[in-house]
Amino acid sequence: MTSLLDVENLRVTFPTRSGSFEAVRGISFSLGRERLGIVGESGSGKSMTGRAILKLIRKPGIVTADRMQMGGTDLLTASEREMRRIRGRHASMIMQDPKFSLNPVMTVGSQITEALLTHEKLSRAEARKRAVAMLDAVAIRDPERVMSLYPHEVSGGMGQRIMIAMMLIPNPEILIADEPTSALDVSVQLQVLEIMDKLVTDRGMGLIFISHDLNLVSNFCDRILIMYAGRIVEVCQAGKLHEAKHPYTIGLLNSVPDLEHPRPRLDALQRDPAWREAPSVSALT
Amino acid sequence: MADLSQTPGGQRRLPVPRWLKKTAGTVLTVAVTLLGLLFVTFMIGRVMPIDPVLAVIGERATQAQYNEVFRELGLDKPLIAQFAIYVNDVLHGDFGTSIRTGQQVSEDIARVFPATLELATLGTLIGVFIGVPLGVLAAVFRGRWIDQLARLVGLVGYSMPIFWLGLVGLLIFYGILGWVAGPGRLGVFYQGLVPTRTGLLLVDSLIAGDWTVFKDAFSHIILPASLLGYFSLAYISRMTRSFMLEQLNSEYITTARVKGLSEWTVIWRHAFRNIRIQLITVIALAYANLLEGSVLTEIIFAWPGIGQYITTSLLANDMNSVLGGTVVIGTIFVALNIFSDLLYRFFDPRAK
Ligand SMILES: Nc1ncnc2c1ncn2[C@@H]1O[C@H](COP(=O)(O)OP(=O)(O)OP(=O)(O)O)[C@@H](O)[C@H]1O
Ligand SMILES: [Mg+2]
Repeated sequence: MTSLLDVENLRVTFPTRSGSFEAVRGISFSLGRERLGIVGESGSGKSMTGRAILKLIRKPGIVTADRMQMGGTDLLTASEREMRRIRGRHASMIMQDPKFSLNPVMTVGSQITEALLTHEKLSRAEARKRAVAMLDAVAIRDPERVMSLYPHEVSGGMGQRIMIAMMLIPNPEILIADEPTSALDVSVQLQVLEIMDKLVTDRGMGLIFISHDLNLVSNFCDRILIMYAGRIVEVCQAGKLHEAKHPYTIGLLNSVPDLEHPRPRLDALQRDPAWREAPSVSALT
Repeated sequence: MADLSQTPGGQRRLPVPRWLKKTAGTVLTVAVTLLGLLFVTFMIGRVMPIDPVLAVIGERATQAQYNEVFRELGLDKPLIAQFAIYVNDVLHGDFGTSIRTGQQVSEDIARVFPATLELATLGTLIGVFIGVPLGVLAAVFRGRWIDQLARLVGLVGYSMPIFWLGLVGLLIFYGILGWVAGPGRLGVFYQGLVPTRTGLLLVDSLIAGDWTVFKDAFSHIILPASLLGYFSLAYISRMTRSFMLEQLNSEYITTARVKGLSEWTVIWRHAFRNIRIQLITVIALAYANLLEGSVLTEIIFAWPGIGQYITTSLLANDMNSVLGGTVVIGTIFVALNIFSDLLYRFFDPRAK
């Protein structure tokens, strides 16, 4: 399998007054034309991993790695100018809440066409036509009308489909979806995920799906990385989750409420201090 | 959108369009505010220990003359009736006669107001065109030298009294360097050379195509305008910086960067567009402050504007002029607030 992205020994460090804090502590993984899930509890470093790939960690955060290769580009030595050519065009990202991730004072249409016009020389009319078609592809009814709406005029589910359209319109090979549905109504979560899944699969893209919901990820991914405290503690094929050995993974699996056999209380996830210090598992292929 | 909701009793209410409700609300607020302003100025006029009759007829008039003028001025009527007459007069643009100048107060104000308007407008333009970019840069390069510079500018702006800065400015740029003209609006040789159209000398001289007058007027206004501009710059840049910092930390900025946009586009097309709305209010407020608060500057620079007019009138016990000037300034303040409110609605898609 040709790999779209290779990352070795990635670290994200924040200098603080009492020394430095490592949010991501030396993880290695690669991404092919597959759907890769990253699962872990809050603060385990999932978002920082996603943002480090696009080199969008805010100051004073520092990204270091032994290797970060995307296609033919070495991300480690890429200038900010080269990174701008990569962002959107080669790798894109969808964030958690469309209410905050869309610009409130720009129309949906101008935000989508902007994503396209940044990377392709097109007339405005042509870009508009492509944007309407893209909105249609994410199952938005009456896309012409939606083009002229402002973000506060669309629902959450619609907003996230607009985000998907916006991020996929320049045809990137990699999509990072950082908890794309956790801010949405349960009733529309699956619909949005299915639309995203279909587009990503049809286009043969690589998907990094970040979530804290292991069951959800196992339905939409091929391979799953389990992160704990900035490290990968286990790598699983989605179909073989029952073979997972690490107690943290098993804990995550068991912590999901089972509607058919409700328990009076969820088991509190036990944590072993040794997990934190165990070396990161490599997810290179 | 029409309001078609029904009352609990099942009765259908009259559908009132929302814009009409809003406009009616605004008009009502303005009316009440202005009436309150008139009431305050009216009461000030009554409680001042100045006899309005004596101010008109002088000390040596007879008792009969006194009584006649007393009636003419309506002072024999109850206070509420006097207030009604006052409001009616003001609505007709009649603020009475100035004792000091012997002219209608409205005419006096029409003459002096353009001087203040010109000064405050230029000051605000300086404040906006330097203050906004400075604030944006300070936010973008937070903690760097440009941010420190903006902070220093703000600090000086807050801690230095304006008359002190004005005097020092005059001393340096007029007295020592001779780069600018001294006090006043125009040198004596240039007075009355261009016809008055707007009362704004810079504009009038441009209309007349008279460059020498324009240059002289500019040379006179630039120092006081820079001084006022400096104070509004300090305020505007500080507000711009904090608005921008808030926006630059939001998620949609990350989205914009993920798209591969240049930093320039991220800052101006995305972040700045979101602060325009708040900036309008800040600029309107800064402008109103310069219009009403340029008294000290006008005195230092012998600027024949409304601030100086009110001060001189006050010292001469000329109450009609003082009240007229106060009402005009108050009205402008209210008008600017409404104007910024309207712009706000125009620019913010969420307010429609
Ligand atoms: N600017 C910063 N300075 C210091 N630490 C930071 C900073 N930003 C993030 N962190 C830390 O980095 C760690 C990882 O954060 P990250 O956002 O990647 O977690 P996450 O796995 O995405 O969690 P969540 O599920 O809550 O989104 C957190 O412990 C967080 O406190
Ligand atoms: Mg996160």
